[in-house]
Amino acid sequence: MKDNKRVVIELQDVRRNFKVGSEVVHALRGISFKIYEGEFVTIMGTSGSGKSTLLNQLGCLDTPTSGEYYLDGTPVRKMKRSERAVLRNRKIGFVFQNYNLLPKTTAVENVELPLMYNTKYNAKQRREAAVKALQAVGLGERLEHKSNQMSGGQMQRVAIARALVNDPAVILADEATGNLDTRTSFEMLVLFQRLHKEGRTIIFVTHNPEIAQYSSRNIMLRDGKIREDQINENIQSAAEALAALPAPQDD
Amino acid sequence: MSFANLIRVAIMAILNNKIRTLLSMLGIIIGVAAVIIMMSIGQGSKMSIRQELSKMGTNLIIIRPGADMHGGVRQDPSAMQTLKVADYESIKNEAKLIRNVSPEVTSSGQVIYGANNTTTTVYGETPEYLDVKLWTLEDGDCFTPEDIKKSAKVCLVGRTIVEELFGDKNADCIGKTIRFKSIPLRIIGVLKSKGFNNWGMDQDNVIIAPYTTVMKRIAAQNYLSTINVSALSEEQSDACIDELKTILSRNHKIKEGMPEDFTIRSQQEMMETMSTTMDTITIILVVAAAFSLLVAGIGIMNIMLVSVTERTKEIGLRMSVGARGRDISRQFLVEAIMISLTGGLLGVIVGIGGATAASSMGLPCSVPLWSVVLSFTVCALIGLIFGFIPARKAARMDPIEAIRYE
Ligand SMILES: Nc1ncnc2c1ncn2[C@@H]1O[C@H](COP(=O)(O)OP(=O)(O)OP(=O)(O)O)[C@@H](O)[C@H]1O
Ligand SMILES: [Mg+2]
Repeated sequence: MKDNKRVVIELQDVRRNFKVGSEVVHALRGISFKIYEGEFVTIMGTSGSGKSTLLNQLGCLDTPTSGEYYLDGTPVRKMKRSERAVLRNRKIGFVFQNYNLLPKTTAVENVELPLMYNTKYNAKQRREAAVKALQAVGLGERLEHKSNQMSGGQMQRVAIARALVNDPAVILADEATGNLDTRTSFEMLVLFQRLHKEGRTIIFVTHNPEIAQYSSRNIMLRDGKIREDQINENIQSAAEALAALPAPQDD
Repeated sequence: MSFANLIRVAIMAILNNKIRTLLSMLGIIIGVAAVIIMMSIGQGSKMSIRQELSKMGTNLIIIRPGADMHGGVRQDPSAMQTLKVADYESIKNEAKLIRNVSPEVTSSGQVIYGANNTTTTVYGETPEYLDVKLWTLEDGDCFTPEDIKKSAKVCLVGRTIVEELFGDKNADCIGKTIRFKSIPLRIIGVLKSKGFNNWGMDQDNVIIAPYTTVMKRIAAQNYLSTINVSALSEEQSDACIDELKTILSRNHKIKEGMPEDFTIRSQQEMMETMSTTMDTITIILVVAAAFSLLVAGIGIMNIMLVSVTERTKEIGLRMSVGARGRDISRQFLVEAIMISLTGGLLGVIVGIGGATAASSMGLPCSVPLWSVVLSFTVCALIGLIFGFIPARKAARMDPIEAIRYE
């Protein structure tokens, strides 16, 4: 069924060890999987199971101790720091739990940030791309709002727009709904599902088991290994779930 | 990141921390202003000393008793009595490259007229002295060779003497008799005012009398303190010095290779000595001021290190969206250079303002253009050098840890 799809991410027996004093912590103990273009993958697992470590590998922020990682066909393990930076700039969009917007900076400037490090864009193209990305997350009316004038949900939308602006091969989210209330979390899920429908590849790390129903595939980690890797044949609609939520109460 | 964006990001970062940045700039501002003011005073003094000296005649040659005082070795008092009237007469009769010559004997002390008195110096000279030292007579006449022969008790006075003794510097004093060390001297002429010289000395506080009068009646000495000569022209002053040396060596029976017991200096040489002395003083002052720039640079490094730590999270974010180490280090370098250059610009403004204020207060001041250029270059270098360590610290951060930093 996936044979005709492009492989965006391929891990081959990836291991990551950390030396802590005289001991070695095995955070990842041989992870192998392929993620295809257009998949919406949730990665779950208990605290300390290695989710963030895995995401750092996928995001080229870190390199495996052993094993191979191919991002969009490019082998990452032997790359230099600066090469990985360029790769992140062109192929990856990050969404963090605590948004990580630049303080005292407008939404559109925040979204432009990744393109600042891409000399192929001039100021005009940068601005156009940023406006387009903000419109895609429903913030077309708030381009000039500063980061400290926005709600958490709005800030996370700006962060998602920033992750979209470079048209990445994959969007990586670490607990992207972790700081938001239920309603806003569902709004984010609606947004992620829409991006999924538009053909984006998304990897979403979360503690919340409910979220797995809204993704197309779920990977469970335990002790740095894959315990379960399941395709979700019956994807729930986050939009319906949001509509079914009790209306916000004013008290 | 493009250069324009680097500048924009740096300006934003500076504006986000106005007070702190201004405080760390203060060191640069003060340092640059100090350097510029020092250089201006140095340059200004040099120029005005040159002017002063050339007003005294650029072809002036001064002969003094005693060997050249290089090294400051103390000399026997008898060594200071080597110039005699005979030397003056030999020069007057034999030297061909001189225009004028005047022997000089001086004596300092109190001069009295009626109830008024003041302290001054009497210069014993010949009438040629007025030409050699570029004095002009405003009133009356100069003494004559006849007066010299007779050691006449006559004198010329400067305007300050007139003012001190007669209450008004324009008072008519010709024909009045004043007393210097109890010797009565009749005023026969008044010198045109020369004002203060560069060392703050009042040049009009002067009495000029026949040298024979000062030598015999006042100082009671048989030697000269100086012989002032004016060369035929400035160009011939070196040849003239050689000629004078030959005459004096012969008179003093000094053979080839023996140390001379007199010193001949041309105005030209004195100007150069002055210039180099002023240069040395200027360099010392500028170096002192430059040290304050060094301290200011350390201040900037400190503030940049704080800034890097504070913005760890921002650095992590920039790295995760694709900034390379060198993008980050450039960002902080540009910021450091901007701070020091802005400080430099303000420093130049303050410095020029200070120099202008100083010159309006009477200090000789002239801002050399190159001091401004130099200040800017030094500021850019300070930013580069002292921004380097913070920039490198930022560039070497691990993005994973940086972005988690709280
Ligand atoms: N830089 C590091 N140095 C040493 N050990 C580390 C480092 N990073 C992660 N680890 C260890 O690796 C293991 C996996 O950590 P990781 O952060 O990936 O867990 P996680 O699944 O993201 O947990 P959580 O759900 O709490 O975020 C843990 O035991 C952790 O202590
Ligand atoms: Mg984690």
